[in-house]
Amino acid sequence: METATLTPIVQRGLRARERGGPFVPGEGRTVIEMADLSVYYGDFRAVRDISLKVEEHLITAFIGPSGCGKTTVLRCLNRMNDLIEIARVEGRVSYHGVDLYGKGIDPVEVRRRIGMVFQKPNPFPKSIYDNVSFGPKIAGIEGDMDEIVELSLRKAALWDEVKDRLKESGMSLSGGQQQRLCIARCIAVQPDVILMDEPCSALDPIATARIEDLMQELKNDYSIVIVTHNMQQAARVSDMTAFFTAEVAESGDRRTGVLVEYDTTEKIFTNPSEEGTENYVTGRFG
Amino acid sequence: MAISPSTQDVVLARLKGRRVDLKGVLFEALLLLALLLSLSILITLMADVLRGGLGVLTERGFGFLTAGLATFSADTAGVKQGIVGSMLTLVFVVLLAFPLGIGAAVYLEEYAPDTTFTRFINVNIRNLAGVPSIVYGLLGLALFVEVFRPLTGGTTAISGGLTLAVLVLPIVVITAAEALRAVPDSIREAGFGVGATRWEVVRSHVLPSAAPGILTGTVLSISRALGETAPLLLVGAITGYIATGGQSLVEQMRSSFTTLPTVVYSYARLPSQDFREVTSAAIIVLLAVILLVNAIAIVLRNRYERKW
Ligand SMILES: Nc1ncnc2c1ncn2[C@@H]1O[C@H](COP(=O)(O)OP(=O)(O)O)[C@@H](O)[C@H]1O
Ligand SMILES: [Mg+2]
Repeated sequence: METATLTPIVQRGLRARERGGPFVPGEGRTVIEMADLSVYYGDFRAVRDISLKVEEHLITAFIGPSGCGKTTVLRCLNRMNDLIEIARVEGRVSYHGVDLYGKGIDPVEVRRRIGMVFQKPNPFPKSIYDNVSFGPKIAGIEGDMDEIVELSLRKAALWDEVKDRLKESGMSLSGGQQQRLCIARCIAVQPDVILMDEPCSALDPIATARIEDLMQELKNDYSIVIVTHNMQQAARVSDMTAFFTAEVAESGDRRTGVLVEYDTTEKIFTNPSEEGTENYVTGRFG
Repeated sequence: MAISPSTQDVVLARLKGRRVDLKGVLFEALLLLALLLSLSILITLMADVLRGGLGVLTERGFGFLTAGLATFSADTAGVKQGIVGSMLTLVFVVLLAFPLGIGAAVYLEEYAPDTTFTRFINVNIRNLAGVPSIVYGLLGLALFVEVFRPLTGGTTAISGGLTLAVLVLPIVVITAAEALRAVPDSIREAGFGVGATRWEVVRSHVLPSAAPGILTGTVLSISRALGETAPLLLVGAITGYIATGGQSLVEQMRSSFTTLPTVVYSYARLPSQDFREVTSAAIIVLLAVILLVNAIAIVLRNRYERKW
């Protein structure tokens, strides 16, 4: 086989197979790096001092009890937090070494590179076709729009189900299909990173399995960060896992989220370094 | 295992429920009574107007719509100037109050930061919608008739139209703002999530989703403007005779005017029995116009809703 024509990720996969193991974290480039990240909602510090590196072409999972700030951290990675007026970010988030909160950075451009799939499927109340074509249209992406739409829907494993009804409303699809439509919509803008916030929490097990399979496909082309409250899901799909928890803040009774441990998924689930992580992944802690 | 007959009987007895739900039945009856009462008032009103005016309308037909104001003979009295005047003033409502009101609502809901100042403005717009219309008439008199006389020409259709536009402006803002607020945030997030600017999110997703609601608000305000009388009397809507010659549109705008409700008012003041019928006929025309405007807006709204 001519390895020169293969994409870097496939080459990396081949190397991994030769070694007889999964991708080795630390082998690839860092896409997103958080350094001492703290997020405030008004005076309330929701998370503090988060430092971790997201590596390209891996699936990185954020797990932890609800309210520990997983969503909050995720939304910092593509500046979705800007939409919440009272939210304020301290520390550094860099993307390929560029400070995302630096001077002159346009959040709109950030979101084109770092797409997002939300907890509840939220297709636009428009046709399936328009749902997918909206992003590339406003981004001014060149090329035949029909092709872009088809390709995106194929990548999202939805094409066969909707190819005859592209003019129908995206709302007419089932929950699982809607979520894949949202993934197609995200892919259509040709992002580099896809952020997923509990993308399966509103779906049944079969739809969930489809999305999980899809994620394995997608990681060839994208780097994925997924928030999940489902530990089995994190164990099944992710290469790296970050375990967050909420600790009682110095003052007041509200809890601040902290990063407890970040390592390969295998390590987190089989041999974690922190007792808190072990208690959580073995189900001894809520 | 099959359920033994005795168990079945017990379950059946339990499921069949107990006594008659007296309170529930009574409450339902009361509600129905309220509905019937309001309906009967409406029907009596309509019947009274129809009985009085239908004769004139069937007899004179189209002629009643094209005949001018007349205070001496009921046979020649019509509502032409009223229709023309109402339409002229509506032009101002549509061209001024709608874009201004919707624009203000979009700014307040989609752009303005949530500060004490914007909340203050929100509350005040609500208060403005509750201000009695006669106060707007006084404002129109002071502002459009007096201060801006060189532009409006004094007591003209322009002044009347501007007054109505100001009067319905808060209603347009409030209903549009409510329609925008009803658009779920998840749609905005979806738009921002694929790299849309605020303007793109508003134009492509928020406004289309809110459009039916905004349209309903504009219909309400048109109906309100069509029915207003008191403020127009203050800014000089004529209750007597006015020319119906073949003037140009601009000339008509800058001359004395009357509107359908003011026509009704002027006919209602006349003592003769004949004019009572004319009054009823004019009311029917006014109601028909309002119904027509509503119908058009509903058709438009339905078409818009189905568009995607
Ligand atoms: N928009 C917001 N305004 C104020 N507080 C918020 C907001 N969103 C989240 N929070 C708070 O931040 C903390 C972390 O929330 P979140 O990031 O949603 O946690 P998770 O996704 O892990 O369940 C919670 O205490 C929550 O109440
Ligand atoms: Mg969450």
